[in-house]
Amino acid sequence: MELPVLNASQDSAPQGGCASHSCGSTDDQMDHLPESIRQKIYNHPCYSEQAHHYFARMHVAVAPACNIQCNYCNRKYDCANESRPGVVSEVMSPEQAVKKVMAVAATIPQMTVLGIAGPGDPLANPERTFQTFRELSEKAPDIKLCVSTNGLTLPDCVDELAKHNIDHVTITINCVDPDVGAKIYPWIFWKNQRLRGREAAEILIAQQQKGLEMLTARGILVKVNSVMIPGVNDEHLAEVSRVVKAKGAFLHNVMPLIAEAEHGTYYGVMGQRGPTHEELQKLQDACAGDMNMMRHCRQCRADAVGLLGEDRGQEFTMDKIEAMEIDYEAAMVKRAEVHAQIERELAIKEQAKTAKAELIAIQGLKSDKSATRPVLMAVATKGGGVINEHFGHASEFLIYEASPEGVRFIGHRKTTPYCEGGDTCGDGESALDQTLRILKGCEVVLCSKVGYEPWQPLEAAGIAPNGEHAMEPIEEAVAAVYEEMRSAGKLVEATETAQKAA
Amino acid sequence: MAFEIIESCVNCYACEPLCPNQAIYAASPHFMIAEEKCTECIGDHIDAQCVSICPIEGAILDEMGVALNAPGSLTGIPPELLAKIDQQGTAAVL
Repeated sequence: MELPVLNASQDSAPQGGCASHSCGSTDDQMDHLPESIRQKIYNHPCYSEQAHHYFARMHVAVAPACNIQCNYCNRKYDCANESRPGVVSEVMSPEQAVKKVMAVAATIPQMTVLGIAGPGDPLANPERTFQTFRELSEKAPDIKLCVSTNGLTLPDCVDELAKHNIDHVTITINCVDPDVGAKIYPWIFWKNQRLRGREAAEILIAQQQKGLEMLTARGILVKVNSVMIPGVNDEHLAEVSRVVKAKGAFLHNVMPLIAEAEHGTYYGVMGQRGPTHEELQKLQDACAGDMNMMRHCRQCRADAVGLLGEDRGQEFTMDKIEAMEIDYEAAMVKRAEVHAQIERELAIKEQAKTAKAELIAIQGLKSDKSATRPVLMAVATKGGGVINEHFGHASEFLIYEASPEGVRFIGHRKTTPYCEGGDTCGDGESALDQTLRILKGCEVVLCSKVGYEPWQPLEAAGIAPNGEHAMEPIEEAVAAVYEEMRSAGKLVEATETAQKAA
Repeated sequence: MAFEIIESCVNCYACEPLCPNQAIYAASPHFMIAEEKCTECIGDHIDAQCVSICPIEGAILDEMGVALNAPGSLTGIPPELLAKIDQQGTAAVL
């Protein structure tokens, strides 16, 4: 039996649970979107799961001020070693930011998107944010501009956003109920006063919803981010998903709360836990019935540079940028060539997938699909959509689910690389323990190579190490391994579970 | 009559554009308030603007040297817990 890589025939998707149109892998995530939107996002790594393997993004930290407090944020940001929203190493002026963007665009031609995401709220720093956008739209017209915001001053900024040709806005919406909001936002600054509690949450929510409506009315794409906080808004987020979809948001990104005591946030210090991988996936699946869900978000820093999951910010510190001579005219030519090359590659992949899906449809191979259970597999990759990372070098694993319905991307899990290379691995033992823990639930780990040492512990943990599909496209390899497991009779014992899930 | 910004300021710029007297300016290592210009917003606003948007507890003092945003008043973290963490570090306390 050959497995469909994509959920090509949507009409045969199971009812309930995870509808194929919204959370299948790559293309079908986008298939139901109008062509006009697909054209806008096909090369945006944060909006298109497919694009994030090929195209890079960067954030510039020009917006330090904020007009609200969130319980998951510590305003004493500033750490070079952490990767999470709200954290930066150096806040820069708009002039410095423009210089940095052009230096990065010339050095990393795959960089297609510049976002302003903080470390405060970009729209609480309108002058700094819009000066950066204004200059970039003149000097580097081949870069897409986007912005993320808490939404409090969004309605006042919509005209200005439209003027700078910003066609992507992300709003963080954690609730539509002020009673829930009062548990997430201790205060907002509104009309020259600090307001607290339910009253504050009510205003914030009203502004967010109004801003969302105004943006979609103008055809500006809106993605909604939500932080999943167990016991606070986890049960409420399905409602949020429904509401924002009804108002025209095109993508919902439910992210897990990051709350460690040492971050010094309210939630961290007070012991509020984040969701488990399973809880997050369950909620994303529940929302997926109503909404196009994003699952590849890496919750990056407000000054991140590179492909999602990597951060090359250290190559572009201000002193290094000052020393660079950038000929942007020449860079734009090079960038256009690189983008065209990636587009050709994507087109070829697209054709291959369509052909394969048609073949499968003709052969009717989906007929015996009820017999096997779904399997989670972890993949080590450096990008490009192929299995090309050593097990011991991976700082994150992409998680895919293979089932008779096809292969779908579930999310990513971060870890400490088990071995940084070389002969000795230092405290490799504890890093391996961490990796084993985050891979819980996976039955296979696919990578370009696995060393001898981690082999046994992986097998003992029920995770089969597999280096046989090095350099192969991820989804095809996952499908092939699933087929091997099926042929070997490894997928029949839990048929009941699979049926329940369906 | 003037407020003062102290070293716990994180240089976030939030207060600077709000001051009705342009008394606040960027400086190193942190923002400063020009004493002769600060009116504590009396006559302009019900609440002092810098104090109302500042996210850092204790970063702005009144003329008596008292913190205008007391410990715990902005983050909701109980002051006793904050004091303990400051003394012993997070690992020891939590």
